[in-house]
Amino acid sequence: MSSSSAAFVEGAVDYSTRIPNNVGLVNDARVLKAMEQWYPSYIDWWMNMGPDGFQTSDVYLRTAVSIDPKGWAQFGYVKMPDYRWGILLAPQEENRLVNFGSNKGEKAWQDIPGEHRASLRRLVVIQGDTEPASVEQQRALGATAPSLYDMRNLFQVNVEEGRHLWAMVYLLQKYFGRDGREEAEGLLQRRSGDPDKPRMLGAFNEATPDWLSFFMFTFFTDRDGKMQLESLAQSGFDPLSRTCRFMLTEEAHHMFVGETGVGRVIERTCEAMKGAGIDDPYDIDRVRALGVIDLPTIQKKANLHFSLSLDLFGSEISTNAANFYNAGLKGRFMETKIDDDHVLTNATYSVLKYVDGQIRYIDEPALTALNMRLRDDYAKDCQGGVNRWNKVIEKYGIDFKLTLPSVAFNRQIGEFRSVHTSPEAQILSDEEWIKNRDKWLPSSDDGAFIHTLMKPCWEKGQYASWISAPKVGVDGKPGDFEYVAIHRG
Amino acid sequence: MPEDVVSSELRKQHLIDPEICIRCNTCEATCPVGAVTHDDNNYVVDAEKCNFCLDCIAPCPTGSIDNWRVVRAAWSLEDQLGWNELPPQEDIAGDTSQLTGDAVEDEIEALLATAHAGAGGKVGPPESAAKPAVNLFRRPKPAIAVVQGNYRITAPDTESDVRHIVLGFGDTPFPVLEGQSIGIVPPGTRADGKPHDVRLYSIASARDGEKRSANNLALTVKRVPGGVGSNYVCDLKIGDKVQVTGPFGATFLMPNAHDANVIMICTGTGSAPFRAFTEQRRRTGQNATGKFVLLFGARTPQELPYFGPLQKVPDSLLEKHLVFSRVPGSDKEYVQDRIRREAADMGALLQSPKTHIFICGLKGMEAGVDEALADVCRKHRLDWTALKPDMRAQGRFHVETY
Repeated sequence: MSSSSAAFVEGAVDYSTRIPNNVGLVNDARVLKAMEQWYPSYIDWWMNMGPDGFQTSDVYLRTAVSIDPKGWAQFGYVKMPDYRWGILLAPQEENRLVNFGSNKGEKAWQDIPGEHRASLRRLVVIQGDTEPASVEQQRALGATAPSLYDMRNLFQVNVEEGRHLWAMVYLLQKYFGRDGREEAEGLLQRRSGDPDKPRMLGAFNEATPDWLSFFMFTFFTDRDGKMQLESLAQSGFDPLSRTCRFMLTEEAHHMFVGETGVGRVIERTCEAMKGAGIDDPYDIDRVRALGVIDLPTIQKKANLHFSLSLDLFGSEISTNAANFYNAGLKGRFMETKIDDDHVLTNATYSVLKYVDGQIRYIDEPALTALNMRLRDDYAKDCQGGVNRWNKVIEKYGIDFKLTLPSVAFNRQIGEFRSVHTSPEAQILSDEEWIKNRDKWLPSSDDGAFIHTLMKPCWEKGQYASWISAPKVGVDGKPGDFEYVAIHRG
Repeated sequence: MPEDVVSSELRKQHLIDPEICIRCNTCEATCPVGAVTHDDNNYVVDAEKCNFCLDCIAPCPTGSIDNWRVVRAAWSLEDQLGWNELPPQEDIAGDTSQLTGDAVEDEIEALLATAHAGAGGKVGPPESAAKPAVNLFRRPKPAIAVVQGNYRITAPDTESDVRHIVLGFGDTPFPVLEGQSIGIVPPGTRADGKPHDVRLYSIASARDGEKRSANNLALTVKRVPGGVGSNYVCDLKIGDKVQVTGPFGATFLMPNAHDANVIMICTGTGSAPFRAFTEQRRRTGQNATGKFVLLFGARTPQELPYFGPLQKVPDSLLEKHLVFSRVPGSDKEYVQDRIRREAADMGALLQSPKTHIFICGLKGMEAGVDEALADVCRKHRLDWTALKPDMRAQGRFHVETY
């Protein structure tokens, strides 16, 4: 039988080096060596900070073996530390151009323009820092997984966040010399929630204490990741663009875990309410007695995670954002599909601001308002998922509608950091805020109740009381498929 | 569906399940022909543009993309954008007899049913098998493959002429899995003026190509004296164009699980799917713990397809039992004899719920192999008559014979 080794062809991933890649690493001795030196530190980090207690389990994971559509979703059982992390870039488009900013129309850069080096390094490091951070935040969740299916999805998210770290580290090692090497090490040294060496962004230092938080995080916070990656995928710096384009295909799975995870929690709640003849969603004690999470608490969780994620977009008005755009480094969401001049020097954009004690829209130069614009696109994207959730509630005939709170609600960064508002953007005194806070955000009692539900459910095909089974399995697998063969190490 | 566009022609339509889709845009970004589009509500597929290339299927994170309906008239984009859930499959079974396209699928169904009959009942795919694409190309609109190689793989001085044929599909996506078959229709007509029947051939290469990512596949074909199909295929020259239908087969598939044990029993060109299995395991099974065991019978080493290359496959990848029935000076040995000789190992494997048995070759081998497996079971206090239906129900016992 054939024993010929795979030839290197476009799209194929080279497994001849220790690090699977489609960037010709075998011919790039300097970067290969740098990555090989970084690899043990990474594995060390993974063993210490990755999923706790499941490193020897066999997990039914998807691995990319090639970047073409047929090859990048290969399923099989893998022990997570053996996952083939690697460096995968979307195929290079011939004659790709810089599509926006003052350099619009130039050929896309294969190397970094010297004057943008510092800005780009910062963009890559910030993006890179979020990837290991979320793995750290989620490392204890395996122990309370509501099913093997969900456990597998968690681990898939984790290994892919790991791979996204690889993607960013490759850019650092390849294009930023010694600085890049130091940053690559730094990414493994910061720790989510550590007061001495925290991760760079606030939401990535918050705890993920339970599975509803995990689903909300993947829905809301990973969606910020999607928006950021989309904007970086527009970059005139071609290797960054290609890296982010491939990451987006993986990121989509994380959106899926979040949207369907919350959806299945809602479905189970509605089903249990109907079964018990409860029509009033605010009859919280009776609903909770059914072993499911009441809809008002789900709304509070959504309020929290939406507002935390909005902070990730930074200040509404930002000269940094303007500079990145003008330089052709970071575009807008779906930049090439927008019908305008892609330079924006004369355009304006309506920005929601807090002025003279009022919340209102004010026209600002479009260039400095780019963060705001991306955040608007993000909120619209979130609303699509919330609509789906509401369809589930509607199907059961329960009179309740989930909503996204106002962007002014519960903010720590930007225009609204100094003002308290209700989810409907009504301005509140400190006193009113303190009095009502627990109506809108998860209280410690809510957290304690959810915590009581977090019991592992590891029988094949079984699901915890508070979540319904998914409509379809991963990779078309049947309901009782053993997604994780647990061997506790 | 609007009633004024009812057509007698049935077609298969690709649809996205709005209840599962998360609007991530991956399919739209992936589709090479721009068939996927969306509004704020749904992602939808334009039936007039979709060419069934399946590029969008694997990258979809949800599985919502993998939905198909047989329809009289395609659902329009407007229909699909308004959906909250997929419509059920309309009951159109009564109409299919009029359709030339489906008659071809019936022909294939019949061939596969006959080939799989030896399993003795309904068989599902192995639990860990990947989901196959089937019926992408049918007789009215076959894929055109170009011959990239045609090598004799039995010794030249034997009467058994077995060929290794490599077919390339160029830019036409033709996704296959190990264990699937393709159909080849010989050109020309039969004596009665009708087109030739389709011939089914097992794919002998791994899913990502005979050569990786080259979009090609290999077949193992034996020349049958007077046979229209086999002589056509065995005489193909490099550069010849071949009309190919398929892929076919959704049960006789390689298990992907790394801990799956796979016992492969074959004669002659029945080795084709097992060459595919072994190559796929070689490419992706670096962490595999399951055993791969091949029991391969031929009259002589010279007549055993792939005898040379098989010698080079390491034992760590594949435990090989090559047995011969016509070697002068040696006792006759058939695959069933070797199964009995290896009863200790075989029995241990049969006791494992991870073990899959695949039998492929001439119909004549079925009975002997079945008896040998029953003997092995008796020695290990197992009941083959009970174990076999269990394994079949779990997609762990597969027969494809002709």
